[in-house]
Parts: sequence; structure tokens; C-alpha cells
Amino acid sequence: MNSAAGDTPLVTEAPAAARSPWRRFASEFAESRIAMAGLLLLAAIVVVAIAAPWLSPQNPYDLAQLDVLDSKLAPGEHSSSTGKPYWLGTDDQGRDMLSGIFYGLRISLSVGIASTAIALAIGLVLGLAAAYFEGWVDTAIMRVADIQLSFPAILIALILLAMMGQGTGKIIAALVTVQWAYYARTVRSAALVERRKEYIEAARALALSQPRILFRHLLPNCLPPLIVVATVQVAHAISLEATLSFLGLGLPITEPSLGLLIANGFQYLLSGKYWISFYPGLALLATIVSINLVADQLRDVLNPRLKR
Amino acid sequence: MLAFTLRRLGQSLLVLVVMSFLVFVGVYAIGNPVELLVNPQADEVERLRATAALGLDKPFLEQYATFLRGALHGDLGRSFVYNVPAIQLILDKLPATLELAGAAMLVAMALGIPLGLVAGLKPTSWIGRTIMAGSILGFSLPTFWVGLVLIMLFSVHLGWLPPNGRGQTVVLLGVPVSFLTLDGLRHLAMPAANLAIFKLSLLVRLTRAGTREALLQDYVKFARAKGLPPRRVIGVHVLKNIMIPIVTVIGLELGSVIAFAVVTESIFAWPGSGKLLIDSINQLDRPVIVAYLLVTVTIFIAINFVVDVLYSALDPRVSLGAAASAH
Repeated sequence: MNSAAGDTPLVTEAPAAARSPWRRFASEFAESRIAMAGLLLLAAIVVVAIAAPWLSPQNPYDLAQLDVLDSKLAPGEHSSSTGKPYWLGTDDQGRDMLSGIFYGLRISLSVGIASTAIALAIGLVLGLAAAYFEGWVDTAIMRVADIQLSFPAILIALILLAMMGQGTGKIIAALVTVQWAYYARTVRSAALVERRKEYIEAARALALSQPRILFRHLLPNCLPPLIVVATVQVAHAISLEATLSFLGLGLPITEPSLGLLIANGFQYLLSGKYWISFYPGLALLATIVSINLVADQLRDVLNPRLKR
Repeated sequence: MLAFTLRRLGQSLLVLVVMSFLVFVGVYAIGNPVELLVNPQADEVERLRATAALGLDKPFLEQYATFLRGALHGDLGRSFVYNVPAIQLILDKLPATLELAGAAMLVAMALGIPLGLVAGLKPTSWIGRTIMAGSILGFSLPTFWVGLVLIMLFSVHLGWLPPNGRGQTVVLLGVPVSFLTLDGLRHLAMPAANLAIFKLSLLVRLTRAGTREALLQDYVKFARAKGLPPRRVIGVHVLKNIMIPIVTVIGLELGSVIAFAVVTESIFAWPGSGKLLIDSINQLDRPVIVAYLLVTVTIFIAINFVVDVLYSALDPRVSLGAAASAH
């Protein structure tokens, strides 16, 4: 899994290389305190997202639990019926914002991760195929990827959603369409470099089967740049989903993601009721920043050109 | 050079035709606009009459042929909602979008390149670290949320800047512009800053990475060894060599700024083509959606074409034959 398998260790690096690749990777990653802070924050967010049903004071999707008399309460105000405090206030339907954010994180994260995973799988296969088969396969796949990458993600997503309409499946489809080309291109360029190295030649000399060479030898060594791209892309996907939902083209209103919560509060912003938009935005920001911090350090650790 | 330009032009036109077909197919596959435009109480006869009037009863390919013939004559259909030519609607709103995009790009360049240079020259100092931390934040901040926070701070809380609209405009060369009046500038400030943040962070990172790489190159070491003053080494040897990728990216990002203006325009109610697109999608105003997408895609393809040709003309390392086959 580690780049150590691919590059020839220098003599001076011998003590470091003696440790297992994972240990070395972990200690190099931990060198940056800000990246560790990002990782901790990200872990906390993931835990909150998974445990939302148990952590939330209220089920924000259960209309029976919402009290219209409690609508648009400021942070810290108490419910008129139960007397319980709303730490981050309530929205126009009397929904507890803290619970809404916990559940919204769940949706935003799962849409981001699901779309990235699907796009990664598609891009990986197409990119490997392009690099391995060359010729017209390569030309066809990469020409489509290039044309697509020459348009910004948001424009393509807008076109697709204008065509397909709203819905969770549709937004995931749009995000996958937007993303696959990044992976295809990354895998292809990594594979083109790796396939000329001696270990592939050795594997060929051993007469191993093509799929085995492709997936057991070539693929693992193409992973480091792919991991970096995928991490960044999860953040992009989450941000793009939030943007599209904010524009009213993304997820349905019944189960609001963070973007929809923010859109919902927008109309009350000018009357000074900032919390309906502000806090979901803060949660979104924390998610994206923490992922980007982790991705930045991953890039430095996994980049052989910056090896110390 | 001419062969390369012509081949590249042919590719661009092909992409345009393919995109026009995809957009037409996609957009005309959504919903039935008759449902929206005809009175819900209308009977079947009335519905059929409206469908025929809009040309929606014809076979699909005939609709596309009609559309393509019209498109070549600059006619992209009439808006279902406003009953004016869709292309005219877009072209009326486009100057506002271009003004916003231009202002944003200017802000991003004026701040991004110097900051990136400083961060690249002093990567370990506190100022370098602060700039980089800021750029990570700028990358992470979702554009629409920054817009909301700006409104919250400068309009609601401080009351300094207006939250929406274009303000007072002046007609310049036949199009109304905001940046020549004080009121217009006050309206332009927040949307432009909002749209600039992402590109600003991008330019900071790009300039920093280029600077760091250039500093390790032999020609910079040599220039230093020759005893040239640092100002000259940075200003001439470093900056000149990192400008090619930066200019390329600025060119390419110009299109993306226009696309992202959709978000900023929606937040600040800036009356540009992006806001028109979102309104049209919500009203299923197909001709306007198609016209917007085609105009934007054309702008994009044109920008990519110009940047590609300029790039190969500017950078002697790019051989034209290789550029055409590798991409």
C-alpha cells in the first residue's frame, strides 16, 4: 500500500525503512500538528454523523416532535412546551438546529462518500484500462475525460440536474459523473509510469496472469496519488452537493442536508435570524476544512518528490 | 502552427455540436412545460392547442432539426415564460455576469500572485504559514456560505454594504455597467469578493508551488551564484518562468468563474445570466435553459481554444504535434 514498495530506498533511509511501511507512514503523517488536529476533528465529525440518532435531542424528521410555537427561537432559548433549551436555536418549523445539523452531517457525509466511492471505482477501472490497453481504448476514454474536465464541475452538475430533476440518487449520479474523470486521469498517469518499472517486468517474466499483474502489482503502486485525489474529492463532493442543494437543485426537502438547512435559513438572514443558516454552515466548513487538512498532509507524505 | 490551430478549431466545433445535442436531449427530456403554462382547469383541446403552438407535438428529431436550424441563425427559441427570444434574454443578462466575473478575477490576481510569491519565498516563516492556512480555508469555504456570512456581517450587522442588486448603472459602449458609479461599486464589492475567494486561494497555491520549484532550479541557483540582487532573481528569473502556467490557469479559470457566478448571483440577487438560469430551471423554461447552456459552453470552448493556442505559441517547450496527440 505504501510508496515504499515502489521506490528504491536510499542507504541513509535504512533505519526508517526497517520499520513497517504503515508505522513509517503514521509517524510521518503525525509530524504535522495541524494535520493531526484536522484528523481529530474529522474523526469527531464522523462519530457525530454516525451516532446522530442517539446524540440528537430531537428527531428533526419526525414532524410530531416539532412544535410550531417554538419556531425561529434564538440559540439558548427554551422550548415553550417542554422547557428544554435549544442550544443552537430553531428554524421556521420549530426544528432544533443542533439535531438538524447532526442529521444533516449524516446525509452530507454519506452523499459525499458514496459518490466518491462509485466515481473512484469507475475511474480506476477506466484509467487502468486506458493505461494498459493503450491504442483506441486509451484515446477514447481520455478524450471524453479531457473534454469533461475542460468544463467546471458545477456547470456539468447544473446541466445534469436541470435534465434529471431532484433526488438523492440523481445528485449522487451527477456527482459521480463530475468526478470519475479525475480518477481516470490520475490512475492512468500513475500506471503509465509504474508499468515501465522492473517489478512489472519481473512479474511478466514469471508469467503471472494479466489480471493478477494489473490488480495485485500495478494497482497497489498507483494508489498513493489516488488516495490524495480521493480525499480532496470527498470534500469537493460535499461542498458541491451543499451548493446544489442550496440552489434548490439537490436533495429533497424532506431530509435536509447541510446545504438545504442553510438555504432554508437564507430568507431569515436579512431579518437578523442568523443562526438558521450560520451554524449548519459552520458544520459544513468544519467538515470540509478537516478533510482538506488531512488531504494536504497525505499529499506531502505520499509524494515521492518531496521525500526527505 | 496553422495546422494545429485548424485541427484544434475543428475539435472545438465538434465538441460544440455534441454538447448542443446532449443539452437539447437532456433538457427536452424534463417535465412537460404545457402543464405549467396552461391553466390547470383547461380542457384537452386547449392543451393540444398550446402543445402545437410550442411545437412540442412534432417528432423529437424534427424538433432538434428545427432547433439546430434556428440556432445557426441565432434563434434559440422563445422563452415560454417571458415570450421573448431566449438568446436575447441571455445576452441582456450576460454583461452583468461578465462584469462580476471580471471584477472577481481582478481581485484574485491582484492579491493571489503577490501572496503566493511571499509564501513560496518564505515557506517556513510565520507569514508563509499564515498565507497557506488562509488559502486552505479559502479552498474549504463553500462559496454560498461565505456569501451569507458577508451579508450577515456587512449588510445586517454593520449596515455598510447593500445585500442585493446591481445599484446605479452607467451605459458604457451600449451596455449598463456598475463599476463606474459609487453606488454600483458598493453593490459590486461583496459579490466580487465572494466570487474571488476560491480563485484567490488557487492562485496563491499555484504561485507558491511554482516559486518553490523554480527556486530549486539550476538557472536560479546560477543567477544567485552570479551575484545578481535577490530582487532581480525573483522578479525576472523566478516570476517570468512561473507566469506561463499561471496565465494559463487564469485563462481557464475565467470560464469557471462565469459558471460559479450562478451561485453568487443567486445569493446577492445580482441580475446576471446565472440567476436567470436558476429561475428558468425552477420554471422549466426550456428554451432559456438551453440558450444559457449553449452560450456558456460556447464561451468555454472559445476560452479553451484561445488558451491552448496561446500556450503552445508562448511556451517553446510545448511541441505542437505532441500537444495535439497527448491531450
